[in-house]
Amino acid sequence: MEYKPTIGLEIHVQLATKTKIFCGCSTEFGAEPNTNVCPVCLGLPGALPVLNEKVVEYGTKLGLALNMRINKTSTFYRKNYFYPDLPKGYQITQYSIPIASEGFLEVKTSKGKKKIRILRGHIEEDSGKSIHTGDITESEYSYIDFNRSGVPLMEIVTYPDIETAEEAYEFLVLLRKTVRYLGVSSGDMEKGALRCDVNISVSKGETLGTKVEIKNLNSFRSVRRALEFEINRQIETLKKGGKIVQETRHLDERTGETKPMRTKEELNDYRYFPEPDLPPLTLTDEYIEKIKETIPELPNEKEERFIKEYGISEDYAHEIAASIEVAEYFEEAAKLTGKPKEVSNYLMVNIMKFINENGKSIKEITFGAKEFKELLDLIDSKTISKNIAKSVLEESLSSGKTPSQIVEEKGLKQITDTGEIEKVIDEVIKENPKPVSQYLEGKKQVMGFLIGQIMKKTRGKANPKIASKILIEKLNALK
Amino acid sequence: MDILNKTAEEVASIARSGEVSVKEIAEQMINAIKQKDSKIKAFIHIDFDAVIKRAEELDTKKDKSGVLFGVPIAIKDNMNMKNTETTAGSKILSGYTSPYDATVVEKLKNAGALIVGKTNMDEFAMGSSTENSAFFNTHNPVNPEYVPGGSSGGSAAAVKANEVIASLGSDTGGSIREPAAFCGVTGLKPTYGRVSRYGLIAFASSLDQIGPFGKTVKDTAIMLNAIAGFDPRDETSVQTEKEDFTALIGKNIKGKKIGVIKEVQDFKLQEEVKNSFNDTVKALQNAGAVVEEVSIPHLKYALPVYYIIAPAEASANLARFDGVRYGLRVEGKDLKETYEKTRTEGFGTEVKRRILIGTFTLSAGYYDAYYLKASKVRRLISNDFEKAFSKVDALVLPTTSTTAFKLGSITNPLQMYMNDIFTIPISLAGLPAISIPTGTDKKGLPIGMQLVGKWFAEKELLQIAYTVEQELGGKNGI
Repeated sequence: MEYKPTIGLEIHVQLATKTKIFCGCSTEFGAEPNTNVCPVCLGLPGALPVLNEKVVEYGTKLGLALNMRINKTSTFYRKNYFYPDLPKGYQITQYSIPIASEGFLEVKTSKGKKKIRILRGHIEEDSGKSIHTGDITESEYSYIDFNRSGVPLMEIVTYPDIETAEEAYEFLVLLRKTVRYLGVSSGDMEKGALRCDVNISVSKGETLGTKVEIKNLNSFRSVRRALEFEINRQIETLKKGGKIVQETRHLDERTGETKPMRTKEELNDYRYFPEPDLPPLTLTDEYIEKIKETIPELPNEKEERFIKEYGISEDYAHEIAASIEVAEYFEEAAKLTGKPKEVSNYLMVNIMKFINENGKSIKEITFGAKEFKELLDLIDSKTISKNIAKSVLEESLSSGKTPSQIVEEKGLKQITDTGEIEKVIDEVIKENPKPVSQYLEGKKQVMGFLIGQIMKKTRGKANPKIASKILIEKLNALK
Repeated sequence: MDILNKTAEEVASIARSGEVSVKEIAEQMINAIKQKDSKIKAFIHIDFDAVIKRAEELDTKKDKSGVLFGVPIAIKDNMNMKNTETTAGSKILSGYTSPYDATVVEKLKNAGALIVGKTNMDEFAMGSSTENSAFFNTHNPVNPEYVPGGSSGGSAAAVKANEVIASLGSDTGGSIREPAAFCGVTGLKPTYGRVSRYGLIAFASSLDQIGPFGKTVKDTAIMLNAIAGFDPRDETSVQTEKEDFTALIGKNIKGKKIGVIKEVQDFKLQEEVKNSFNDTVKALQNAGAVVEEVSIPHLKYALPVYYIIAPAEASANLARFDGVRYGLRVEGKDLKETYEKTRTEGFGTEVKRRILIGTFTLSAGYYDAYYLKASKVRRLISNDFEKAFSKVDALVLPTTSTTAFKLGSITNPLQMYMNDIFTIPISLAGLPAISIPTGTDKKGLPIGMQLVGKWFAEKELLQIAYTVEQELGGKNGI
């Protein structure tokens, strides 16, 4: 029997509200240390928390988008522990009844679709940030930045339904897409807006193995690497007759190995109890309905609809639907041009390449649906060839000029005037007697060379269909 | 004109008329404090220059309409006042200067009050005699050998000694009512949620409530007018319509139903307290009220319930005092030792005891048996009161079973806790209650009676209290 991994994720999603969860301080990232602070988020004596309504709205929205039940009454608790960057000596969080319970996300992996269940989603405050002057255990002193103290988080806890590193990765990717679709979080892992802890064990059969926690994974790649390494490490250990120790590990980004955390393992008793400063959070059915109405079509739904409605490839649909901006861009252009396949092609090949190379976003480019239509119409009317169209598109992306402007200015208009083409063909036949005689001897392959010569002379502007038709006629007449 | 003996109502009207300037009022108060406070020791922090400056500012004000215009008021040292030392009676906050005003301080300032200084208290409001102050004892102005009660002992003593006209205290399990009774002044604990707690250094958040001390019932009503109201900075404060708490004062109470709690009779009362209770009942009947017996079956569980819930909340509320960001820091060899040394030196014995109790009752494996169970019994106590109030308009019972005791005479913490046996049940239910002076014992020590109103029915409560005050002989104790 094979060893089977069992994996669960705990993901902290930073909610993108303008102000903190319990006070009016700004949540801006990267401000001067300790400038976005007040008595409340510094935990000064006598200060009290007041719940930010926007946090409730975002939490509800995310819960609904993750197919969760929104609890009409949820409560806040104090989670007690001492740490210098936790100014009150407790974190205000949710415990017995979170804002959202029991949902799922369906991810696509190389082995097909899989539903990963979500246990709970609760809203809470972030702590400040400790900055050590060196190694945490040897550092003589540390700095604390309380700008992050009180920034709102929603913690998403999955069931241990995940069995591979790929599934974990795809879950995170889909979660990030979802939060970005909803606009409730930037989803930037590098900026800490999405933080992931994983729990993993391996076992044969029904009884679960010893659980190991891997903390502070701060990129999608890290999650994948950490899990791949850890699954392998646990299986190899067990195969050699070893034992898995229940512990917390972290990923060494340099080597890609997970290692036990160097901090002392203490048995934590957080002494949770209901937060007396905050009444229970109650939400009405009308409120929940209203939030539900604001939820846009989500990535998976959009992807499927694009395949069905526009007949574009599954791969393209998946990539286009990954970002709501790209999806909206695509759909507008597809509708206006009536040529979704062409749009998806140019979008995924040329436009995305331009965006990636220039570090731009789809919103920043001037080449929109209108320009798309112009470009495709130019091809349709045989004004330009598909080949020329590519360079017109590239030119339009970088210069901001419209396709017709470019065609006009550069004189790229395709030559469809048969008289003009005939003239060029006559020249080419005259200048290339050897290939011509080869053709007449039955070597049809030289056609490509002759067409190439025609294009060269017309700087690509000759309509290739017309050109080859006339060329064949003229060559046949020579027989 | 001597303003020291006047009520807040009178002082405000004198100051408003310009008959006496606020500066002169301030000077009179400062002289009185200088003269008396070396003996009473009601104040922890007082800045005479700042008081004079503030008085002068008030004198230049065109708008003198504030309900407390020019009235010298003291506040308990657990309320934050900007740029003023705020210690909550603890060494761990010694030297801590607050960067902001508590909502009540803002409101007092808006009402034109002259805030004189910060009064002594039991450390973090934990105590019933002010002997747990980290700094010094406060003496009962009636007899300096006796405690003023606590934890708002300084605020009660300052009013009794005529060092200020009125003051603010905070009441978690009786910390306004008990010192009011011991000192012979009037002390009101409003309904939980009536007054914002923003800026009040928390002891037990679900119980803490700020309230006034005054020489008369009407003064406490005027004070409540100034400080009450919903505060967007405190989610536990309650949105209610603005009312005038003096509105029913002087209206007769004929036909009002007053409950006497059956279970209170199970407790031993000092003879004079018992007599004064009977006098109070008679006074109510004389005024036309109907007195009847009601039952609070779970009354006897109030003390143990309180001593689980309050320390549990306190253990979390006091976690922020760790020496990292402000207040006392005693450096150790590492972080953990710095925590330990700071908190060992910074907190007094009673505070440590309650932190330990609270930490224990919230621990894994004990939570259900202690905290959760206590919360359920608290609900039962609240239900008992709700039932009683379906029959009566107010309750009457002694504030304390005895009069004040001598400084240093109670060393057993449990015996000390017993002082609050009649005030704690009301706190657990969040009800408004007032303690008014109704007599004295053989030694001349004041006796206080407690009247308890329905939730948010302070207006009616003050109406009834005023009637008793008038029936039993008027202002400023007996």
